[in-house]
Amino acid sequence: MKVEFDEPKCVAAGQCAMVAPDVFDQRDDDGVAIVLDATPDPSLHDEVREAAAVCPAAAIRLVEQ
Amino acid sequence: MNRIVVVGASAAGLAAAETLRREGYDGTLTLIGEELDAPYDRPPLSKQILAGDWEASKLALRTADQLSALRLELRLGAVATGLDREARLVHLADGGSIGYDGLIVATGVRARRLPGQGGHVLRTLHDAVELRKRLGPGRRLAVVGAGFLGAEAAAIARGLGCEVVLLEPAPVPLAHAVGDRIGRILSQVHGEHGVDLRTGVAVTAVTDGGVLTADGALVEADEVLVAIGSRPNTEWLEGSGLTVGDGVVCDEFCRAAPGVYAAGDVARWHNPLFGEEMRIEHRTNAAEQGMAAARNLLGAARPFAPVPYFWSDQYDLKIHAYGHLRGHDLVTIVAGDVAERRFLAAYRKGDRLVGALAVGMPPKAIRSWRQAMAMGASWSSVVSEGVPS
Repeated sequence: MKVEFDEPKCVAAGQCAMVAPDVFDQRDDDGVAIVLDATPDPSLHDEVREAAAVCPAAAIRLVEQ
Repeated sequence: MNRIVVVGASAAGLAAAETLRREGYDGTLTLIGEELDAPYDRPPLSKQILAGDWEASKLALRTADQLSALRLELRLGAVATGLDREARLVHLADGGSIGYDGLIVATGVRARRLPGQGGHVLRTLHDAVELRKRLGPGRRLAVVGAGFLGAEAAAIARGLGCEVVLLEPAPVPLAHAVGDRIGRILSQVHGEHGVDLRTGVAVTAVTDGGVLTADGALVEADEVLVAIGSRPNTEWLEGSGLTVGDGVVCDEFCRAAPGVYAAGDVARWHNPLFGEEMRIEHRTNAAEQGMAAARNLLGAARPFAPVPYFWSDQYDLKIHAYGHLRGHDLVTIVAGDVAERRFLAAYRKGDRLVGALAVGMPPKAIRSWRQAMAMGASWSSVVSEGVPS
């Protein structure tokens, strides 16, 4: 799995960082998301899929390999 | 279960359809959408689309490849007109009907309008594109309703050089949602940006050359945006036996009846976290509830108990709010400085922390409040000690 993030779309909701804290965080100043791990371990895939699904800006795209 | 029908192809319906596939449902999956566009995102309509910063194509919630991977029977431009639960059929405006074993209702809301001709509303991509075309330097725009949508549109129109008058019937905009004090703070920015905010002004009709107010005055404008809230799209469920009352009434599992679930703006469900029935028109709730309804339709039996969340962009203000602020007893500023428009307000109801609203605060300062709410924290356990840890 590869995590693609469209930063200009991010609305800083932080849903991703709550659902998948090992893969996403937020910048301190404006809350825009940061991808900590663009190729997460398979054990994290379910929560990363959940994070992409709850993103209110559809800014997270997953390429499943 | 071999046939699932999802009525409504916006954020909630799409999330439900995706979740059904992700959870292994392999049968027929029909997604019915009234609009002709493939599922798209609505919050940018009153922001980047109205400003002209984004092309409409950027709103697509999924690529064509992602949609086709869901193996949907995608029925766009199809309007559901009736539900026969006995025969398990959804009737369509074209005279056809679609059978189901499981049904998810995600038909959303539509904008309320005023009597008279010619006012814009802002709910669909088409609405936003039409309004955008008519805004520009020197154009006079009257926005009726200073809720979050009206406030966002007023801010964008100002940025485009319009002369904007913002009309609000209540004495303080947003007071019913965020409280009197915060409503005042948030509405101050309009005047600073040259928007003519007039409170205590009820508009009765859109008319030639502007809007008519309750005292018979004409407020002149070239264009009128009516932003006075919305109505759930439930008319098609009349006679279905489902309980409808400002939305489709559901239990804590988003279940309206055996085999029938509802999600998103149209769903009124019992949120066990707050012990209250609610209907939430927030973008994040649409996705989360679509997912929850789909899982419960497949048998998960998990109560849907979210902390609601919304955000709003107005001028350079970024507002984030968690919880269920309506009906609160008390608001208190727990961090930051109101004068600098950088603060966090906490909302109390009974002895519960029920909401937190932040303006210009670092995200991590807000997250702990959300977590406290998710755990059902009492007010005294968090506020007397300051910021929750």
